[in-house]
Amino acid sequence: MFYRENGQFKTSYAEDQALLSIRQDRWFIWLVLVVAFVVVPLFASEYLFKAILIPFLILALAAIGLNLLVGYCGQISLGTGAFMMVGAYSAYNLAVRVPDLNILLVFVLAGLITTVAGMLFGIPSLRIKGLYLAVATLAAQFFMDWLFSRVKWFTNDSPSGSVTAPAITFFGATWDSPTEKYLLVLAIAVLFALIAKNLVRSNIGRSWMATRDMDVAAEIIGIRPVYAKLSAFAVSSFFVGIAGALWAFVHLGSWEPLAFDINRSFSMIFMVIIGGLGSILGSFLGAAFIVVLPLLLNQVPHWLGIPISTATASHLEFMIFGALIIFFLIVEPHGLARLWAIAKEKLRIWPFPH
Amino acid sequence: MSDARAIGEVILAVESISLAFGGVQALSNISFDVREHEIRAIIGPNGAGKSSMLNVINGVYHPQQGTIHFKGEKRHRMEPHKVASQGVARTFQNIALFKGMSVLDNLMTGRNLMMKTGILSQALYWGATQREELKHRERVEEIIDFLEIQSIRKTPVGRLPYGLQKRVELGRALAAEPTLLLLDEPMAGMNVEEKQDMCRFVLDVNEEFGTTIVLIEHDMGVVMDISDRVVVLDYGKKIGDGVPDEVRSNQAVIDAYLGVQH
Repeated sequence: MFYRENGQFKTSYAEDQALLSIRQDRWFIWLVLVVAFVVVPLFASEYLFKAILIPFLILALAAIGLNLLVGYCGQISLGTGAFMMVGAYSAYNLAVRVPDLNILLVFVLAGLITTVAGMLFGIPSLRIKGLYLAVATLAAQFFMDWLFSRVKWFTNDSPSGSVTAPAITFFGATWDSPTEKYLLVLAIAVLFALIAKNLVRSNIGRSWMATRDMDVAAEIIGIRPVYAKLSAFAVSSFFVGIAGALWAFVHLGSWEPLAFDINRSFSMIFMVIIGGLGSILGSFLGAAFIVVLPLLLNQVPHWLGIPISTATASHLEFMIFGALIIFFLIVEPHGLARLWAIAKEKLRIWPFPH
Repeated sequence: MSDARAIGEVILAVESISLAFGGVQALSNISFDVREHEIRAIIGPNGAGKSSMLNVINGVYHPQQGTIHFKGEKRHRMEPHKVASQGVARTFQNIALFKGMSVLDNLMTGRNLMMKTGILSQALYWGATQREELKHRERVEEIIDFLEIQSIRKTPVGRLPYGLQKRVELGRALAAEPTLLLLDEPMAGMNVEEKQDMCRFVLDVNEEFGTTIVLIEHDMGVVMDISDRVVVLDYGKKIGDGVPDEVRSNQAVIDAYLGVQH
């Protein structure tokens, strides 16, 4: 089956503006969804769920949130870890203090609390941009680190400073097997990816991109810069907050502020840059790259039967990983999503040269 | 050529505008008016303050002195997006398109002020937002037809040649359905054919939509042919104002352009 769009005539603007206007793309997405929702739960091992799929999906969700802000609105943020932390501790406090609250509602409320925090730390973006804004958002990181390790109320007076999430129960069932957790995270990630896609093809998404590309021109055609920037911070933080709550409740189980330190913020930035700024698909690809590649690199010596100590293996892992990041940025600064787009473009005309 | 449309009342009155950046006096005591449906040109040598004047009308710069009346209302210190919501659109001397977006999206962005659905509705998309998108898409397609840019509607504007980018920028301004359109050197850097095309579009916009146009241009042939009245600035001062023939024979204007013997 060739990847072709000829013979597919669009007879209305609705068809032309559809999410996936090429038939083969629609088939592909349905195939991916069927595999993800049906085939994977049937065959995947516990290790695959816990070490790869669940973290991948949660980080992809956070990467989508960050990408809306950095890739679409052009406002750089180094505070993603902090906002994930706000989401995690908000969810924890809500779940512990209001035990009857539906856990899904807890996640949404945690997202909303993070939205408020994100907008507060987004206020500097109205006056400063670029590197200066990055430094301002870095302040969020240090502030949240301090807040959640020093103010005992947030950790429910836990003596060690570490907190444990209650079990995830809703609709009368406890979702604690890896398969169930995977399905929960997958459903949320797919839903939010769709929401993000809808936002970026609507008026608000265009006003974000306009602000990113040429802020003066954007204002002159009527886009309020305050609204465009703060709404980007708000929506982005909502996504990141929910991702943080899921990271804590589903992936970690128990955690301390260190789990969301500045390294988390940096790895999130890597994800969106490697995946592709301004691309929802890129957020997934970037998350996959950051989550899967270290594990793969770790396994390679075993597969090849090279006798190598674990310490050396993990050092090598860091070196190769770093080199690969640099390689990708040089070869394709627009990220994996652009490579994917180029591949599709080539496929459309293959086997002809034009 | 101005027979078809009736030039109406004064729509924009600029009175004694003075603008300084630190010690540099960009505009001093400038007054002129623009009538409904007319094409008003602003000319002058480089650094005369033409673009600053447009920026004042736009709300990008706030003059230290002077008043602006638009549609009969006195305008106070106003931000650019408020000015846009009153029906003023513009293009830029150095193209200011949204480079990462397609031609279609650039034009759709021009209609942002007319889109009313909230953020939650846009997150869901199907329903109110889709209907709104389609409604505006139809209007945008009319502009695409008008400017003859159908074949590039899905192309990212960063990939287009200069002349087409200028045309897309005009399209983005038109998408806002402005009553007053400010064009900052729409024909700069174009070859003769492109200039002719652009002239035709400017005249068509003026005749078909009745849009009032304020235009900065260096090509005197173009200015004298298409504009109804001309303002001449030099070193931030107004040195001439009137119909093209008057301006052409104005000694101060000739001196400014050709220089004078001292």
